[in-house]
Amino acid sequence: MNAMRVRVKLYATLGKHVAGMAPGIPFEVELPDGATVADLVKRLNLPQEEVKVAFVNGRARPMDWRLQADDEVGIFPPVGGG
Amino acid sequence: MWILRLNMSDRTYRLDAVPEAYKYLGGRGLTSTIVHDEVPPLCHPLGPNNKLVFAPGIVTGTAAPTSARISAGGKSPLTGGIKESNAGSSFAPALARMGIKAIVVEGQPKEKGKYWMAHVTWDAGAGKPKVEFLPADEYAGKGLYEVFPKLYERFGQKASIAGCGVAGEYGFAGAGLVFNDLAKRPSRYSGRGGLGAVMGSKGLKFIVADDTGAPGVTILDKALFDQGRAKLTDALREHAITKPKGALNTYGTAVLINILNEAGGLPTRNFSSGRFEGAAKIAGEAVFEGNKQRLGKELYNHACSPGCIIQCSNTWYKPDGTEHVSCQEYESIWAFGANCGIDSLDDTGELIRLCNDYGLDTIEMGGTIAVAMEAGLAKFGDGKRAIELMHEIGKGTPLGRILGNGAATTGKVFGVVRVPHVKGQNMPAYEPRAVKGIGITYATSTMGADHTAGYTIAPEILSVGGKADPLSPEGKAALSRAFQATTAFIDSTGHCLFIAFAILDIASGFEGMMEECNGVLGTNWKSEDAAKIGAEILKKERAFNEAAGIGKEADRVPEFMKYEPLPPHNQVFDVPDSALDSVYGEL
Repeated sequence: MNAMRVRVKLYATLGKHVAGMAPGIPFEVELPDGATVADLVKRLNLPQEEVKVAFVNGRARPMDWRLQADDEVGIFPPVGGG
Repeated sequence: MWILRLNMSDRTYRLDAVPEAYKYLGGRGLTSTIVHDEVPPLCHPLGPNNKLVFAPGIVTGTAAPTSARISAGGKSPLTGGIKESNAGSSFAPALARMGIKAIVVEGQPKEKGKYWMAHVTWDAGAGKPKVEFLPADEYAGKGLYEVFPKLYERFGQKASIAGCGVAGEYGFAGAGLVFNDLAKRPSRYSGRGGLGAVMGSKGLKFIVADDTGAPGVTILDKALFDQGRAKLTDALREHAITKPKGALNTYGTAVLINILNEAGGLPTRNFSSGRFEGAAKIAGEAVFEGNKQRLGKELYNHACSPGCIIQCSNTWYKPDGTEHVSCQEYESIWAFGANCGIDSLDDTGELIRLCNDYGLDTIEMGGTIAVAMEAGLAKFGDGKRAIELMHEIGKGTPLGRILGNGAATTGKVFGVVRVPHVKGQNMPAYEPRAVKGIGITYATSTMGADHTAGYTIAPEILSVGGKADPLSPEGKAALSRAFQATTAFIDSTGHCLFIAFAILDIASGFEGMMEECNGVLGTNWKSEDAAKIGAEILKKERAFNEAAGIGKEADRVPEFMKYEPLPPHNQVFDVPDSALDSVYGEL
């Protein structure tokens, strides 16, 4: 199966799950073609219950959303403010 | 309980019994009702017939968690309509515990440029509050960071303070009302709408309240109250956003910078883009990391007011580890940061500190500096020049007086078309073209552009209280209406609006809030009554605005948002006028 690369940014408390990660600084991840947001979350070993919202190219997408090569993915735990 | 009236024409006061019709009102419900009932809608906001009303919420002063909000109301010098702006401060429970349901500041001294303060204390012998008017000229014309310690030295450490800074003395429409935080800083603001100028126009610099010896708040059904308090406390401690070391406690409200940026809804360079390349440098995560580096340890946030268990207020430290400012809020960082193209937390921190010192609303001033940058008075991103412009405002120079009156005035004076305001009030930190529901709230709120009035961001961006597509206008009028009505109720309870994150997801927390109110008041409200009671408050506010000449024609976003597509989603504001009109048309 062919592979593709996506750019990932992790925010707030999610950063601590990937060594050397700073919030909002993008890094590349290689995934098999047809991988979903859920596959990416699994690959990064992020605890599923801490993942609240995933943006793909600026749009919030569900966990079963299929990623494309060069997609920008931003993943957030629950956040709030005002 | 009493309504305390401070007459500034002759410096006398009166304690009125609370009218039957006001018995179940508190916070915003009470301030807006008094303004609706007593202020002539066509009066000049800085003239003798406007009134400035303060009211603690229904459960303020009790052990209810996160409930120390003070509501302030009057006719706004910024919008010309009704204004309610609330803040967290010990000032709120101090009034509540003395049985003061509201303070109404009325009249105006004949002497121009003279200032007084009112010292409100508990008279144990008489069993009621008493007021002493004192000259305050020695505090006029000075920064609030200089004045607050003097007031505490004079009135003691138990005092709570409401006041205005030099901006209020100048009569600026961007002047906020200042309140003390728990560390006695002049850092908590009812910032929006220029109420600081209303206070200044009455020759009143400060109200100093000390509830020592006061009997506290009467609770009619203690068991029911305690049951509600426990339910709400559990919800706040359980929810990921509000719990200890959760998002708000760790990163503060500025944790929102990155998510709005990611969603393409972070207004940048005076609302010309929805993405800021420097967002990560000014986000809540950067505040946390910056402090960690400068202090050599992790610093979690603190409560702005007594009894808050969310604790979202931060303090920003200088490179040498000394305190710079509290508080770098999301709105304030955004206003001076992304919106001005500035990516330095030291610059945003200094600009916020100057607002606290001069007595200004950070949102309005950030929006104003951005419009000034658009006009060519400074380059986007030039933090040093932005700081110089803030000093012009504080000194009251002719340029400073233009800027001090807000973004809409500044835009008019300098011929700027892109001025993101509604009813004269600059928009806060969410882009209407990228988040349609919040645009509807901005357009239709009785307050002018105000995010807190109907925070549809919760479902549109944060996936709290449901999920909604931010780019779609579908169903958003109803969503905004529901949020506006429920908010008007929460603003009346005395709770901080941030409890909504927890109670929108956890139904027992919502019930708990209602049971707390029922316990205090002896009412029998159910959860579904919140929006009904809120709607009645909104109707009064709306009626005031209509009588002040602000009708549905004013419920619109500025024209440029309909023809300038906003990157990165390249969307315009496409909500039809009929949908905007339905928000209050179907209330």
